[in-house]
Amino acid sequence: MTSWVDYLAAVTIPSFLAFIPLYGLCKRVDVFASFIEGATEGLTLAARTIPYVVAIFVAIGIFRASGALDILAGLLRPALDPLGLPGEILPLAIVRPLSGSGSFALMAELLERFGPDSYIGRLASTMQASTDTTFYVLSLYFGSVGILSTRHAVPVGLTADIAGFVASALAVKLFFGY
Amino acid sequence: MLNAIWVGLIVIGVVVAAARGRIDAVTQASMDSAELAVKTVIGFLGAMVFWLGLAKVAEDAGLVQALARWMRPLLGRLFPGIPRDHPALGAITMNISANLLGLGSAATPFGLKAMQHLQDINPRKDTASDHMVTFLVLNTSGATLIPAFIIGLRAQYGSANPAEIMVTVLAATFASTVVGLTLDAVLRRRGKRGAA
Repeated sequence: MTSWVDYLAAVTIPSFLAFIPLYGLCKRVDVFASFIEGATEGLTLAARTIPYVVAIFVAIGIFRASGALDILAGLLRPALDPLGLPGEILPLAIVRPLSGSGSFALMAELLERFGPDSYIGRLASTMQASTDTTFYVLSLYFGSVGILSTRHAVPVGLTADIAGFVASALAVKLFFGY
Repeated sequence: MLNAIWVGLIVIGVVVAAARGRIDAVTQASMDSAELAVKTVIGFLGAMVFWLGLAKVAEDAGLVQALARWMRPLLGRLFPGIPRDHPALGAITMNISANLLGLGSAATPFGLKAMQHLQDINPRKDTASDHMVTFLVLNTSGATLIPAFIIGLRAQYGSANPAEIMVTVLAATFASTVVGLTLDAVLRRRGKRGAA
């Protein structure tokens, strides 16, 4: 199973790389000029995102370093236990929507401590892979076009995250028979 | 909402740090986080420049439009009211395809591009449009078919079958996407009614 997944992942990008410019050439597109035009746009777009990423990273960094995150985890524990999310996994569930690198570090630590094929290891991998970093995506995407009022995006994004976590626990229990 | 959360995170952080006698950690954390943020953007800068360059070639060759035409039945339902040949649909298509293939570094540039096109047809420039919220929900619930990175990490930690989580990831992603889109549809209507 791993080998074909690895192979597919390894082959996808090189095939795009070869196919797109070649196809463009056949269609008589000025491929080099097109590439430069798109790439220049990419540069501007990326530079414009820096302030938004700094804003969100700093807020979350302060919240985490102060110990407030641990307090929040303690408060939420009684609510999440019945959902099949054990205490060890709780910090991951809280950090997942806030910080991609933070939740990745937590997941790696859980894999190290409990082993990748344990209930917690499988649950942590599933949770990490099945949703994206909600606050990061929200601030980056909305920020890049200057949206101030996000309407119902935050509650919907967070509810979807929680649904994903509960579904992760259910799916790991059913599929692996815990 | 984002304003309140942003201020809330900082103020609560500072107050808690002060109460625990860790106020010096706040300064350190803010400097470290700002640096990490810039490093993160620089980290995807190369991918961004590269993928949007390649995407422009694909667009000029008519490939993006062909892919968008393919996905039109699905996109028409999720994003009603976007004109048939609007470039937003092409960018959304590329973003969804990159996400499904697990190419996170390619998904972000297309996502930002799509937001720009959606902003062009947004009547209120400081307020998220229905299309934008739906697009955000699709991205935050993160539909991935091949979580290659996590499979690799599991292999590194000695898993007997690193790819076995693909089924559970698919189930969880599906659940969070369905819940997100449903709630989006419900709240969107309620918001309209409240405003009218």
